[in-house]
Amino acid sequence: MIQLIPRENVSPVLSLLGPLFSIGFTMLIGGILFYFLGVDPFAAIKMIFWDPLMSETFSTYSIPQIFIKGAPLILIALGLSVGFKANIWNIGAEGQYIMGAIFGASFALSLYPLESAFIFPLMVFIGIAGGCLWSLIPAILKIRFNVNEILVSLMLVYVAEQILALASLGFLRNPDGAGFPGSRNLSQYPSASNSELILGTGIHLGVVLSLFMIVFFYILFFRHSLGFKIKLLGSSPKAYSFSGQNPNKLIFICLTLSGGLAGLAGIMEVAGPAGQINIDFNVGYGFTAIIVAFLGRLNPIGILFAGLVMALTYVGGELTQFMLNLPAAAIQLFQGMLLFFLLSFDLFVYYKIRLRGN
Amino acid sequence: MDLLEINFAVLVASLIVASTPLVLAALGELVVEKSGVLNLGVEGMMIIGAVSGFIVGVETGSAYIGMIAAAIAGALLSLLFAFIVLIMQANQVASGLALTIFGLGLAALMGHPYTGIKSPQIQTISIPFLSDLPIIGQMFFQHDLIVYLSLIAVFGVWYFLSRMRLGLVLRAVGEDHDVAHSLGYRVISIRFLAITFGGAMAGVGGGYLSLVRVPQWTEGMTAGAGWIALALVVFSGWRPGRLLIGAYIFGGITILQLNLQAIGVNINIAILSMAPYLATILALVLISSSGLHGTRGAPGCLGKSFVKTV
Amino acid sequence: MNRNVLIAIAGLIAVVLALSIWSSRQDTEVASSDKYKVGFIYIGPPGDHGWNYQHDVGRKAVEEAYGDKVETVFQENVPESADAERVMSQMALAGTDMIFATSFGYMDPVINVAKKFPGVKFEHATGYKTADNVSTYSARFYEGRSVVGHVAGKMTRTNIVGYVASFPIPEVVRGINSAYLAAKKANPYVKFKIIWIFTWYDPAKEADAAKTLISQGADVVLQHVDSSAIMSVAEEKGVYAFGQASDMSAFGPNAHLTAIINGWAPYYVEKVKQGMEGTWKGNQQVFDGIGAGMVIIGDLNDNIPDSVKKEAMAIKDGIASGTLHPFTGPINKQDGSPWLKNGETADVGTLLGMNFYVEGIEGDIPK
Repeated sequence: MIQLIPRENVSPVLSLLGPLFSIGFTMLIGGILFYFLGVDPFAAIKMIFWDPLMSETFSTYSIPQIFIKGAPLILIALGLSVGFKANIWNIGAEGQYIMGAIFGASFALSLYPLESAFIFPLMVFIGIAGGCLWSLIPAILKIRFNVNEILVSLMLVYVAEQILALASLGFLRNPDGAGFPGSRNLSQYPSASNSELILGTGIHLGVVLSLFMIVFFYILFFRHSLGFKIKLLGSSPKAYSFSGQNPNKLIFICLTLSGGLAGLAGIMEVAGPAGQINIDFNVGYGFTAIIVAFLGRLNPIGILFAGLVMALTYVGGELTQFMLNLPAAAIQLFQGMLLFFLLSFDLFVYYKIRLRGN
Repeated sequence: MDLLEINFAVLVASLIVASTPLVLAALGELVVEKSGVLNLGVEGMMIIGAVSGFIVGVETGSAYIGMIAAAIAGALLSLLFAFIVLIMQANQVASGLALTIFGLGLAALMGHPYTGIKSPQIQTISIPFLSDLPIIGQMFFQHDLIVYLSLIAVFGVWYFLSRMRLGLVLRAVGEDHDVAHSLGYRVISIRFLAITFGGAMAGVGGGYLSLVRVPQWTEGMTAGAGWIALALVVFSGWRPGRLLIGAYIFGGITILQLNLQAIGVNINIAILSMAPYLATILALVLISSSGLHGTRGAPGCLGKSFVKTV
Repeated sequence: MNRNVLIAIAGLIAVVLALSIWSSRQDTEVASSDKYKVGFIYIGPPGDHGWNYQHDVGRKAVEEAYGDKVETVFQENVPESADAERVMSQMALAGTDMIFATSFGYMDPVINVAKKFPGVKFEHATGYKTADNVSTYSARFYEGRSVVGHVAGKMTRTNIVGYVASFPIPEVVRGINSAYLAAKKANPYVKFKIIWIFTWYDPAKEADAAKTLISQGADVVLQHVDSSAIMSVAEEKGVYAFGQASDMSAFGPNAHLTAIINGWAPYYVEKVKQGMEGTWKGNQQVFDGIGAGMVIIGDLNDNIPDSVKKEAMAIKDGIASGTLHPFTGPINKQDGSPWLKNGETADVGTLLGMNFYVEGIEGDIPK
């Protein structure tokens, strides 16, 4: 029989080797897959992992793009990680992301074409509030009626998607857009535009905030009493209550924090790279971020790397598609495999495996 | 507008057909969740079922063999999930999402040579005497075999969960795996079986889409049906009977709004489409606040990993 | 697990990575070739047998026409968001000379990328924003709908024609009006039943919409959505339908009356030639129809009586030669107010912004 024994101290060597092992395994199996699809596996793997970072042709453009693609993933995953540590499962970040974008954009577009320095900060604030509001619904239902927050937050994603459809076809539709669905382009509205900070790179405020938040959450988790409380609630809810703490307060904080960050990611994206509210404005960042949070082992530094690796596979994957004619589906499959291996091999990080005779 | 233009017998018959993939996939997920596992990869398993069922259906010329292949394919994919969450102890939410990404990619690759092909037909089976009844006959008794099987499956799952010992054990495992383990039940094995069943059912649901309901293979053809199935399980409060009604409501709203549009009624589709999800949240609140935990509410260990420590 | 095993694995990864870099280091130096490189981005998979499929047919025609002198690349499933901008930028960096962006929602991304890469030529389908290195092209699909509408009006026995529509945008409304006017002329008793499904591509929903229309008496179904699901349903239910964007007769040999085929190939071949010869111009807005071969009427099914076939051909030829315009007055708007006077034809501006039904169509355009 195989027995799992939880490790008391997670060795840093193993924590690093786990992901490397997974990436290697994915390369191996993915390479075989690419070979059978008639694509040079070495070239494909190199193009996914190496070229966006190192190639002379692409890297100056791709490296900032990896951060831009990774920023919403990192922002959302950071917020989610707080709740996940405390065993509070917000899986509806996709909805909170959408609502953040809609709230912020609605505010800014209602003032169009007024120009004022106050619009941008207020819009960001309202975007965050929109995300919070959407995550407060599962928070209140959990606190008041003990309703499972996993399910409520997931249901609210579908509701948010319908509101998004309503917005892009109705109340936010661009009056000068020849009747097509979609709002005005916020990046072309100077007072609301989340414009690039470093010229020519596309790096915007959201990217900077995502890096800043990593530091913030690192301090929160490892240097602040809230981080300790979160861990305690997650590992032993009973001990938490006995220590005289109110778990409801923490549920409230965790869900608001994750919703707010998802909302922030949403408003940053809609006012920046995406530009406009549209029916398929959301491309699944909220769900991908859940994976990122786990790949990063709910640790801010880990989330940074996980988010960037995820973004790298998108950017490099696109490159591979049109350079080597690899179908989009093969890249998706490759990503799925990478995630499976990464999630699976964490076993060796957290547990010792012992074989014993019956 | 003229409500009489709507053929209600056809409306009911087509909402049953539209809901059947949901019934099948959601029923599987219900059993999975009752065993304490949350598999968010329903969409991925459905689409694998859709593509495998279609390929085998076309190659063998038999839609029934295609359906069996769809079940096997869904089950195989779910085994991957089972291995990752039960043996490798990975987080269920993240693994389920990864399963969807993996399944969508694999299905698109597999199905590439099969776009633009007609599928073999599945025969409608008219039940003798009953199908001749006016209106009722057309509504309920002139369907294909899979529709009847899905109804039998609803009854079967209900019977299994509420009347059979193994069903009781499965629920016990889902409610508190540590207690179930200390009572000597094999938590991991039971969850393995539940997940495989869920995969097979999702696969059949997908196969029904590509072989009967649409009927053809196109990339991304499930278009979110797996996610609706997940909502449906919650809406049902984990009860098979209510799941069936829920599926007909979820499917029915779509069919009804299409019918209303066709007779010229102007309705706001987005708001109408929101309604089932809002209703689901309301149902959750009602279930939770009435204190019906345990037998009727969410399984106590839903989404938690089980580690055998002793 | 043994530490040595782990080190061995880490070594293995390093070896794989090193090998791949070594084995393909030449590949990175792209675009130095003298081939003319043309990129395409698609909103969905080219295997949809609809919208994207036809753009890919156009891409292949370019390859066929110029052989070794061109190289084409494409990317499928590109969302209409920041991702589109990144994909096009990477294509431009890879040395692409001309990029065809084949969906409306790529409009702002195209303008942004075009600004960054003034040397790259952009062709954007169905949009309305241009620049010195951006031109747009769109097809007068409504011309094809006029032919199809006539056939539908003649072929319906129940006098009910179903119409599965995607989004209430001018393009779709224009198509409905054009088809209705032709059908009404062919058959004064015809009635249109319209369902909006608010998606371009959802086979199951399209199939449900078609089934609903058929259950309410429609025996001919028109579609302005992308998949071939409706054709499959029509075949199964024994009613008629028309191929959208591509010939879809494989899905319904009996049901498929004809198809409105998007003929991008001649345009793409021509534009690439202009690009290679240096005569390509930006700020152009092409809006071509049957006459230029951008809208093609597919083969007419043998189920259609010869007389109807002849009439359909006459309409097609009339439109192609310019003697016939699908929107020729007198036409009133739905509310009865006059739109076009006797003999007057619609101007392009009204067509491009069309947001009203013509007289006779029941129901409202959803808002």
